[in-house]
Amino acid sequence: MKKNIKESDSENMQPPCWAVRFLAWYCRPSLLEDLEGDLHEYFERNLKAKGARYARLIYIIDVLKFLRPYTLKKPDFLNLQIQYVMVGSYFRTSSRSLVRNKLFSFINIVGLAVSMFVGLLVIAFLADLYSYDDFQEKKDRTFRVITHQERNGQSRMDLASTSVKVGQKLGESIPGIEDYTIIRSGFSGNARIGQDIFPLEALWADQSFFKVFTFPLVAGNPATALKDPYSLVLSEKTAKKLFGDADPMGRTVRFDTLDYQVTGIAKDVPDLSHLRFDALISFASADATLGKKEDYFYNWDNVWSNYVYLTLPVGADPADVQRALSRLSKQENKALKGQQVTVSLQPLKEVALGKGLSNNIGPAASPLMVWVLAGLALVILLSACFNYTNLSVARSLRRAREVGIRKIMGAHRSHVLGQFMAESVMIALLALLISFGLYLLLRREFLAMDPAISKLVTLSLSVRTILSFVLLALLTGLAAGFLPALFFSEISAVSVMKDTSGIKIFKRIGLRKTLIVVQYTLSLIFITTTLIGYGQYKGFLNFDLGFTTENVLNIKLHGTDAAVLKKELAELPEVKDIAQSMMITSVGSAYGALAKYQPGDSAMVWQNKVDEHYLSVHEHQLLAGRNFILRPEKGKEYEVIVNQQVLKRFNIAGQDTQKALGQEITVDGQKLSIVGVIKDFHYGTLQNKIEPVIFRYSDSEPWGYLNVKISSQNPDVTFAKIEKTWKNFDKIHPLNARFYNTQIQEAYSHFSVMVKIIGFVAVMAICIASLGLLGMVVFTTETRLNEISIRKVLGASQSELIYLLCRGFLLLLGIAAVIALPVTYLLFDKIFLREFAYHQPIGFGELLGGALLVMLLALLMIVSQTMKAARSNPAEVLKSN
Amino acid sequence: MKGTNLGEFEELVLLTIAALVQDAYSVAICDELEKHTGRVSKLGVVHAVLNRLEEKGLVTSRMGEATSARGGKRKRYYEVTQAGKVGLLRAKEVRDGLWNIIPGFNIETA
Repeated sequence: MKKNIKESDSENMQPPCWAVRFLAWYCRPSLLEDLEGDLHEYFERNLKAKGARYARLIYIIDVLKFLRPYTLKKPDFLNLQIQYVMVGSYFRTSSRSLVRNKLFSFINIVGLAVSMFVGLLVIAFLADLYSYDDFQEKKDRTFRVITHQERNGQSRMDLASTSVKVGQKLGESIPGIEDYTIIRSGFSGNARIGQDIFPLEALWADQSFFKVFTFPLVAGNPATALKDPYSLVLSEKTAKKLFGDADPMGRTVRFDTLDYQVTGIAKDVPDLSHLRFDALISFASADATLGKKEDYFYNWDNVWSNYVYLTLPVGADPADVQRALSRLSKQENKALKGQQVTVSLQPLKEVALGKGLSNNIGPAASPLMVWVLAGLALVILLSACFNYTNLSVARSLRRAREVGIRKIMGAHRSHVLGQFMAESVMIALLALLISFGLYLLLRREFLAMDPAISKLVTLSLSVRTILSFVLLALLTGLAAGFLPALFFSEISAVSVMKDTSGIKIFKRIGLRKTLIVVQYTLSLIFITTTLIGYGQYKGFLNFDLGFTTENVLNIKLHGTDAAVLKKELAELPEVKDIAQSMMITSVGSAYGALAKYQPGDSAMVWQNKVDEHYLSVHEHQLLAGRNFILRPEKGKEYEVIVNQQVLKRFNIAGQDTQKALGQEITVDGQKLSIVGVIKDFHYGTLQNKIEPVIFRYSDSEPWGYLNVKISSQNPDVTFAKIEKTWKNFDKIHPLNARFYNTQIQEAYSHFSVMVKIIGFVAVMAICIASLGLLGMVVFTTETRLNEISIRKVLGASQSELIYLLCRGFLLLLGIAAVIALPVTYLLFDKIFLREFAYHQPIGFGELLGGALLVMLLALLMIVSQTMKAARSNPAEVLKSN
Repeated sequence: MKGTNLGEFEELVLLTIAALVQDAYSVAICDELEKHTGRVSKLGVVHAVLNRLEEKGLVTSRMGEATSARGGKRKRYYEVTQAGKVGLLRAKEVRDGLWNIIPGFNIETA
């Protein structure tokens, strides 16, 4: 409704109407009148002194400020008792109305069920994240020492790992600690038991490990199991794998040349533990092997693979220990040059769901993800609640008489409110049953969607999660039912009994239209986000990296020189070429080196060590110069191939590729002569800008990769042949070979997980929005059936009628599209794709495609329903009324 | 005894009610307090104190006539009861007693 200016002005001169009503609602009747008067008096004063806006604001604040125990109404117990008595009647009428309006009940229940299913998944997901490490008996007082490293001129790095020295100092000079344990990751070797060989990865852990953590031992003494050098504790699963059913206690396992003795069997690590291990090796063994070799092992700045956990006595203040650690850091940093290494405490509670730390041990989720997930679930739930609200208000005509009779029989406003709230809660609980069924059915599929998800959570049920499910259903019911209940409770009994047309069902039509627009806007945003995200993801996979990855199979080596393997592979007819490299580029890993051209100007460059076949296998483009021709021994290299960025960074020969040949650069202290310049290519992922890269020569990289160029009609057969060759070459490790393109796909897998999740949400959102729209269309055409019939009698054509009925809805959809499309575009352009230095332009086909699809679906529903109405025989309709 | 002891602000409010005689309703009390103490008195605080004083039986209240200035709502006028007067006098006596035993009170030496 439009108001003229004078009217709205005079409205502004009054306190906000809802605030007045709120005050009347909560305030004790005996205090109400004079308090209202007082506030009004102050309002008038402020109106004169500071203007309407300020006065209204102060009024609202005052109303809220008076919400105190002594002003609150006492709960009306009689009222509650009546509600209780009436529950049976509510239940009966509600179920009758459910059965009577099958379509609407279906839309409501299915909509709520689908949205609650998303809610259940998110709740179970979050419940898992928050119950990480709950089995640790001392969880509340266990802390991890984390490290912050700052190098001059570089940004700060936060690490979950720390130095061995911190652990040692904890014992020596820091008071107030109950227990502490040092863990080191990265033990990997071949366990040899008699003739059998098993690859095994383990953690080193010292003797206090079982004091700090609750990992019960099935056999062995927890106090001494990890005390002596070369002790080994196996998990039950590993013990089974290594020794079968035989008793493993006291047996020896050989790694390389060293014998380790099994001193304990630990129960398998629970799923929701951030610390996971198959085997533990006493830290004393690391002391004896690694520590003996180099002193750096114990250095303050060797903070890469060690993890220190400590427990505090009950009631101790972690701030005390933190202060001692800060003092210790300060003291130790005096001896460091060019960097600062400080340590701090992180509670175990925050480990699985903490801030982003590098070198994390075990899975961790970021709080951002939690917010995003919860946000998505909330949006979906609200959408379903909108439907409920919309349809219930729209259908109010049918129930108005019931409410009228209830009121005449003496029902209070609050009774009617309670009745309809109870009804919506009932429907929500019904929907919960369905969504719980969906949850049980689809849980596995959700976990299987991506390995990262199944590694992080189990989504198993517990009493706590089930209670949260029920709570969710209750809240959803209350949220969905609130507006309709309010609407019904305001119906006046007399007017309803006299004439049902007196109810203003179209009073809130603006609200309902807004809700439809909001739903469709969200659905459109989700679907276009999915499509654009997918398009971008495809774009990353097919991006021109500056070299070719087609048909290249990368085989990981495990520490053996691959000369023999190379020779055997070269004999396969499908193998065209074989190169060797230290690492795989473009998938996210990076190796740096310090390079210098002019004295005093050194800079970090990225490097890869490759052999002479590498350039041809990957079809790198040489702009000038030649491939490696010298075959130097290890450590005596002279040649280097650089990309254009190197010339640019060091300004070598004025960036002239020809003249740069023969120039010398110093890399990690070695003088190397530039023999070739290649075109710039993507060394990092597309998130990184192209930076200076050098290729150095190495003909053997035992821990690197073989890059095998394959030309084959049938990759599976070729793969089987290669696997056979591998088995002859390396009997211990299974073949770890991936196509380059697959590896690139994995490098962007987090992106595809996100697209999958948002796609899933998009489908849900569209389902719910479509259901809601369907309900509204059916309702509108039903109520306008008389009008349509009369129009038809007077000569309106079918197409005119369809246009008449569709117009309103099409307009709403149009508005939704006009809002959603630019928002999605900006979302990608300004936020999501900012992370990527290189990406495909956002396709307009993708932007419009999803929108068109949703529109088409909506259109189909609208037209089919309106057509039904337009086709109806006017004589029948008018007669029956 | 809790019932008869007066807090400082309670005492001030009570005195203001006594001073305003026939005109003591919440907004006027606020204004009067502000005038005499120079401090801003919030309605919320005064209202709570009035409520408490009435509970303690130190004041009584009655509803006045409706006026248009307050959106048609009536004012609640307060009046100090006998118990309130006793409480005020006792508070004054305590103070006077203390003042009397201070020898030669002088601001400059304080």
